Amino acid sequence: MSAIREGMRQVMAWLHGWTGLALGWVLFVMCLAGTMSVFKPEISRWMRPEATASAGRIEAIAAATNWLASSARGSTGWYLTAPDDRANVVEATYDKGGDYVARALDPVSGAPVARETLGGEFFYRLHFELELPYPWGRWLASIAALAMLTALVTGIIAHRRIFRDFFTFRPRKGQRSWLDGHNALGVLALPFHLMITFSGLVTLASLNMPWGIVANYGNDLAAAFHDLAPGAVDRPAAGRPATLAPIAPMLREAERRFGGAPFSRVSIANPGDVASVVTVYRSDAAQIGATVAEVSFDGPSGRVIGAWSEARPAVGTYAVIYGLHMGRFAGGLLRWLYFLGGAMLTLAVASGMILWVVKRRERAPLSLANRIVERLNVGIIAGVPIGFAAYLCVNRLLPIGLIDRAQQEVTIALDAAGIALLAAIAVPPRLGWPLLLGVLALLCFAAPVVGGGLSYLSQALARGDAMLPMADALLIGVALTALACMRAVTRKRPEIRRPARARAIA
Amino acid sequence: MAVRAVDRRGWRYRGNVAVRVLAATVGAYGVASCLAMAVARLGAGGRIDAVIAGTLCAYLAVPAVAIWAFVARGPWRAWGGVVVLAALFGGLAWMIGPPAR
Repeated sequence: MSAIREGMRQVMAWLHGWTGLALGWVLFVMCLAGTMSVFKPEISRWMRPEATASAGRIEAIAAATNWLASSARGSTGWYLTAPDDRANVVEATYDKGGDYVARALDPVSGAPVARETLGGEFFYRLHFELELPYPWGRWLASIAALAMLTALVTGIIAHRRIFRDFFTFRPRKGQRSWLDGHNALGVLALPFHLMITFSGLVTLASLNMPWGIVANYGNDLAAAFHDLAPGAVDRPAAGRPATLAPIAPMLREAERRFGGAPFSRVSIANPGDVASVVTVYRSDAAQIGATVAEVSFDGPSGRVIGAWSEARPAVGTYAVIYGLHMGRFAGGLLRWLYFLGGAMLTLAVASGMILWVVKRRERAPLSLANRIVERLNVGIIAGVPIGFAAYLCVNRLLPIGLIDRAQQEVTIALDAAGIALLAAIAVPPRLGWPLLLGVLALLCFAAPVVGGGLSYLSQALARGDAMLPMADALLIGVALTALACMRAVTRKRPEIRRPARARAIA
Repeated sequence: MAVRAVDRRGWRYRGNVAVRVLAATVGAYGVASCLAMAVARLGAGGRIDAVIAGTLCAYLAVPAVAIWAFVARGPWRAWGGVVVLAALFGGLAWMIGPPAR
């Protein structure tokens, strides 16, 4: 290979490493939360074990709007997601006194279910908002995604033998093993990694790349959004009260116009106003493209006032890229492949960050900066999962009627991750790894059991509901994996250290 | 190449890398933005279709320019490439002007 090509590879490896170091920790949180979000409805169901009532989507939305009509009267908009074969509640978001509230509504009674929790929504929001205020979280997520795109491309170029890495793994060889593992995780699912990173950027396009819109629309954002979804009816409130017509006929009419395909989301703008608009969106479960059709109704009369079905190639492409990221079309095996792909990307990020330290440790004693990196790695890679597991445990343990219960769950989850991070910074990694992995195992063992978990399990088994037992089994699986990692860390550590120290003495 | 050619210690090296990092971040995003605008105004089809085409192309420019910033022979040469591309795309968008309607 010519000297220039060799140099190119080294520069790419250098850039790959530093890009990964700069945003690796953020990317780890995003990838892990995103992977969890694949099973967002299932996590929500696990976290609301008492909510077992079920109803058809039309009846459920009708019950929800009845409840909202009496309980969220002055709201400027209700945004509802109907139950389907995965979710069993109506997810409602609406504004109340200037604040947006999210509630899970019982599909039969329409009232909020007893155990107030964000459920899987926490992971979904964390994935791209990172618990930071708008728009900073989304900006950071966009920057991290651009870094990921660069890291993927430089990682590919830095590679001598992409194909052979499919089959290369040399275990128990320190840096070699980490590099082989990192390469295999990156290469085996490379098309997924590229797809999910690129499409993730596209989902936040109006924030992170608005310049095309600026070029063609100037400041008129409303016109751009109207062109993107020409069916949308944007009607200001008239200020005169009116009651909403029965919603079930509107939903049935919308499904008729979707050619029999189900709806999934419904928005009601200015409910209780004479200018209220009900918009019904086609479900994303039956095709890759996201939100490809919608029908709008005049609220008080129930008359159709707008309808749109996407057929333009460019906008259709955008909808497909968006839909590929959300993965709501993916059922059965494909959903598990999304989960597997996400897990592999998460592990690729984690192994890359560990590799950064391992590589430098084998060459010479670590510098102070790299010793800090090493401890932060422990704190993030083991600490963030601790926060997630704590979230699940606390969901079972907090009393049902607690004020602000959903937010309390999130606060405790973030506190748990924060304490884990501080602990990892305080103690040497030799102790930090086994300590945090042990806590993670403990929490994952506890989550299916605490707060009456076993009775929920027996109820689910009696109902013939396979989801809750499967989730419990997965948690036990994570706990066992954490224990195995803990054992590996405590056993392997002196083995790797010895040659490095011997060289330092010589 | 160039990154390895200089001594890895000292302020000269750090300055070299810092200038390239700026080109790879701010510069790459600038080029991507100009490309998004140029394609949005060049594009056939409706106004929004061209916006989407421009946005999708723009993301690909980011890793490309970021890589260029580190393989260019010198840090100022890296910026030279960034400025030329930004001027090319930006100038194209400016010459075409906003679409009618």
